[in-house]
Amino acid sequence: MESAQNRLQAVSRLPWIWAFLAAFLVWLATIIFTQGQGSAQILSAALSFATFSVIVGIGQMYVITLGPGNVDLSIPATMTFAGAVSMKIMDTQDAMVLPGLVIALGCGAAVGTFNFGLIRALRIPPIIATLSSSFLVQSAAIAYGRGIKIKPPPMLAEFTTYRIAGVPLLAICVVGLAVLMGVVLHRTVYGRSVTAIGQNQRAAELAGISVGFIRFATYLLSAVLAGLCGYLLSGFSGGASLNMGAEYLLASIAVVVIGGTSVAGGFSNLPGLWGAALFMFLLVTMLNTFGLSAGFRLILTGVIIVGVITLAGGRKQS
Amino acid sequence: MSGSQNIIIELDGVKKSFGAVHALQGVDLTVRGGEALGIVGHNGAGKSTLMHILAGSLSPDTGSISLDAATSDWTYSIGQAHSAGVRTVFQELSLCPNLTVIENTRIMHPEIRGAGWRKRAEEMIFSKLEEVFPGSGIDANDYVDELPIAKRQMVEIARAFTGKDGGPRLVILDEPTSSLDAHMSEQLLSHVRAFVSAGGSCILISHLLNEILTTADRIVVMQDGKVVDERETARFDRHSLVEAMGSVVDEQTGVKVTMSDARTGQSVPIVSSGFHEGMKLEAHHGEIVGLAGLSGHGQTEMLVDIFRNAPRDRSGAGSMALVAGDRQVDGVFPIWSIALNMTVSSLRRFVRFGIINGDEERRLAEDWRGRIGIQTPDLDNNILSLSGGNQQKALFARALGSDAQIILMDDPMRGVDIGTKQEVYAILRNEAAKGRTFLWYTTEMNELEHCDHVYVFRENQIVASLPRNELSEQKVLHASFEGG
Amino acid sequence: MSSLMTPRLLRNLLPAISLTVLLLAIFYLQPRAMSYLGLNLLLNLALPIAFATLAQMCMMTVNDLDLGIGAYVGFVACIGATFLRDTPALGVLMLLACVAAYAALGALIHLRNLPSIVVTLGMSFVWLGLALLVLPTPGGKAPDWIRAIMTWKTPMLPFTIYASVGVALIVHIILMRSAYGAVLRGVGGNARSVERAGWSLLRAKVTMYALAGVFGIFSGLALIGLTTSADANIALRYTLLSIAGAILGGGEFVGGRISPIGAVIGATTLTLAGSFLSFLRISPDWQIGAQGGILIIVLALRILINRAEAK
Repeated sequence: MESAQNRLQAVSRLPWIWAFLAAFLVWLATIIFTQGQGSAQILSAALSFATFSVIVGIGQMYVITLGPGNVDLSIPATMTFAGAVSMKIMDTQDAMVLPGLVIALGCGAAVGTFNFGLIRALRIPPIIATLSSSFLVQSAAIAYGRGIKIKPPPMLAEFTTYRIAGVPLLAICVVGLAVLMGVVLHRTVYGRSVTAIGQNQRAAELAGISVGFIRFATYLLSAVLAGLCGYLLSGFSGGASLNMGAEYLLASIAVVVIGGTSVAGGFSNLPGLWGAALFMFLLVTMLNTFGLSAGFRLILTGVIIVGVITLAGGRKQS
Repeated sequence: MSGSQNIIIELDGVKKSFGAVHALQGVDLTVRGGEALGIVGHNGAGKSTLMHILAGSLSPDTGSISLDAATSDWTYSIGQAHSAGVRTVFQELSLCPNLTVIENTRIMHPEIRGAGWRKRAEEMIFSKLEEVFPGSGIDANDYVDELPIAKRQMVEIARAFTGKDGGPRLVILDEPTSSLDAHMSEQLLSHVRAFVSAGGSCILISHLLNEILTTADRIVVMQDGKVVDERETARFDRHSLVEAMGSVVDEQTGVKVTMSDARTGQSVPIVSSGFHEGMKLEAHHGEIVGLAGLSGHGQTEMLVDIFRNAPRDRSGAGSMALVAGDRQVDGVFPIWSIALNMTVSSLRRFVRFGIINGDEERRLAEDWRGRIGIQTPDLDNNILSLSGGNQQKALFARALGSDAQIILMDDPMRGVDIGTKQEVYAILRNEAAKGRTFLWYTTEMNELEHCDHVYVFRENQIVASLPRNELSEQKVLHASFEGG
Repeated sequence: MSSLMTPRLLRNLLPAISLTVLLLAIFYLQPRAMSYLGLNLLLNLALPIAFATLAQMCMMTVNDLDLGIGAYVGFVACIGATFLRDTPALGVLMLLACVAAYAALGALIHLRNLPSIVVTLGMSFVWLGLALLVLPTPGGKAPDWIRAIMTWKTPMLPFTIYASVGVALIVHIILMRSAYGAVLRGVGGNARSVERAGWSLLRAKVTMYALAGVFGIFSGLALIGLTTSADANIALRYTLLSIAGAILGGGEFVGGRISPIGAVIGATTLTLAGSFLSFLRISPDWQIGAQGGILIIVLALRILINRAEAK
């Protein structure tokens, strides 16, 4: 019993350590190759880009923690939609930065509510519901944005790219967000309920947890964070573009899996999101420095995802 | 019956344990060609374990299984059982709901393939359905998920009797008539008789003693994982059969406690529930109410129904808590520690400014660890590091530690050792004396002694309502098995 | 079962009804679409999407989902426009290796009991990377014989229609009518009982994955037959479209409930949705929105039919 116990604890801690360790090793390999040149810039850039994966990764992680079949495919569409709407309404005016944020979050909340409404009303698996709604939302974003890239207000652009001693301010904020969401996960009734549902939905219901409400709140959270990410990314990259969310569908799931969260549900790993996001960016940087083509970079990313999930294993056969 | 010749399958000293539970404690059993064997027994007698061993889906810990007098010990498997012509109709349906009756027949018979397989499979199942259930009106092209439950069961049974070269040799039927009406049951039982006269063998498990008495040639009575009686059917009647299932001596293991054994009448029940027909279940303040009867006759459904319809106030999970019996399915959160498993229903009490106060949460867990005696070096250990009995104690602590005034218990003592049981009984009595109400579904006869009032369930109905002073094992057994 | 319009019949007809309604609406708005040329334009891209949808449906049969099918189709297209034209033997060998990779994926997922969503997601990176290695920039040229097939001027109706009907019927026979097809679908419905009857679940899963790989190849080749050149990103949208198509065609996510004919109809409906908007003079921006809308409407109708059935 004792050793099984230790092993379980060890396994529960290992995954995110591995992600950070891997990120560190990849960074080390890169700077050895460049003989130390640009080591700080690489880290700084990695922090900047990892930030956005982490924001959507947090939402996706909460959703995936709800258990098998739960995944939010509408994240990219929500990002694009929230980015487009908020940029257009702010119309590059600094005074509108806060209202713009509220609008972006509101777009997310609307999508999240719609997603859960579909899950409940049509009694369809979340994947199908978020897939269908992503079609609608993406379309709305295209129609609304009309393909024109509207610049963000200078203040927002400044904020999202500001660095304190080389460390992106946004990354510091998102570390704070991750800590906050970690507290929510472990020390609030909501967070406990999410992990309980993911481990055993029926047991959660019989323990008095209102499963429906918690699932609703979780899809809402995921979509709101996607809205936030769309807002910030638009500021960071000089405006909302129509395919700005595209890579975040796979990225949001990938950072969750590599970060050590259980795909079978019930166990999430917040620090791992950061480790995984940094690792994925640094890996690409390393392969770039080595002069490998985009093809090899993608193949290696894919092999790592498949490798991680194969080692972590699936849900045990009952 | 013709002595020892013509034995199809023979079990010798078969034992099987699941953790602390000794489901089978050395069973000897023979099935001969051309006989129908009835198996009866109360909950926990070991019938379904025995059946899984015969079907090859469980292998015994010790003991041997021989087929046609060729011993095959531990290598007896599903495949071997299948090719030896042993077919089992389990209680849970094993058809593919997304396929038609014809396609389901084909899955059972790998030899039906190639051009015209549909025609042949249809021929096979249609003729068998007509043979067993004439006039059933089942179209072999119907999809299984569109058939009502009775017809599904008919298909399942008919499919078990199909096969080339005159069909299977031994068909095991576990409560085959549970979804059939009287007419269909009659059809099935007469088919069993015809099958047996033609040289086939059949094992019939049923809670309907009439079925057993009219159909079986020989009856085996099981109790606590052992065969306690075995006679030719003619030497049994219903009364002696029920007697045989009960304890040989009416041993009084627990402390006979004195409690108010008559309801005062004027008090209003705090729980009242019932099915469409039959009696209603009522529970009064501070009572321990027992739900008895064979397992799977509606007790769990009623408890879950009561739980789901409980009034939920804003301050917490409501006034009810449920202690699961099927721990892994209904109770345990397998990734969590013992402490987290214990406190999950009480968290709202410890919330300050949205955050759970860890110290108070800890105190609750430590408090109940002492009160209920959970044996572990550290409550932060994973819940699965505990033995089954201690896991169950953690689930009791979860419910008792909550605010709930009504505790629903879904046969919670399954697989719990006797020492733990005695400790928990004492705690329950204590809590009831303090005013908590318990609804206790139990499959163990002697636990009913702790109840103020007992309701016996049969076929999703309450068939007997026994105040404490009228309670006896014979009454419960009669109510559980009668009818049909 | 006595009434003529059983809920199941209605459910089965739902994809065909949606397609008919959409077609009628298009013909009403634009009568000229009711010609050989018009139909050809409308349904131009239906065939590759139909094949991708069939591949997705194969995965759904055994309760899995493929989030990498779009990238895979893109990879096949890249092979088709390069190796298959220049060194046909090597090209064919590579395509066979693709099918083998899919079969191996099925075995891995079954043996390690992995979530198919994550594994195929990881594979989508691999396929995209491989595609970029084969064809770093858009280009290449489809082999002439594929081009010839896809632009074949068939009598009466465009080639796409004949091909769609033919493919739907062939796959229907394989999965819905054959003896082993029943076993394959049974795995999705009740794996335990299929295993109890002595069938190998591993073999079933590998078969369905390999089939998915084969349909993915048909999709990629049909696509370059229409576009003549390839691009690694050419079919990324197919991942989500194929799921939508399979669901639209009456397939369900779990339980082995699938319909090959429905899947082809579903894919065709999604293709038409885009054309429909342009006839309504609505901006093509709303094309994918219309696809999502149709999906939601059909799912809602299905719920209504189920409710009526429950009564």
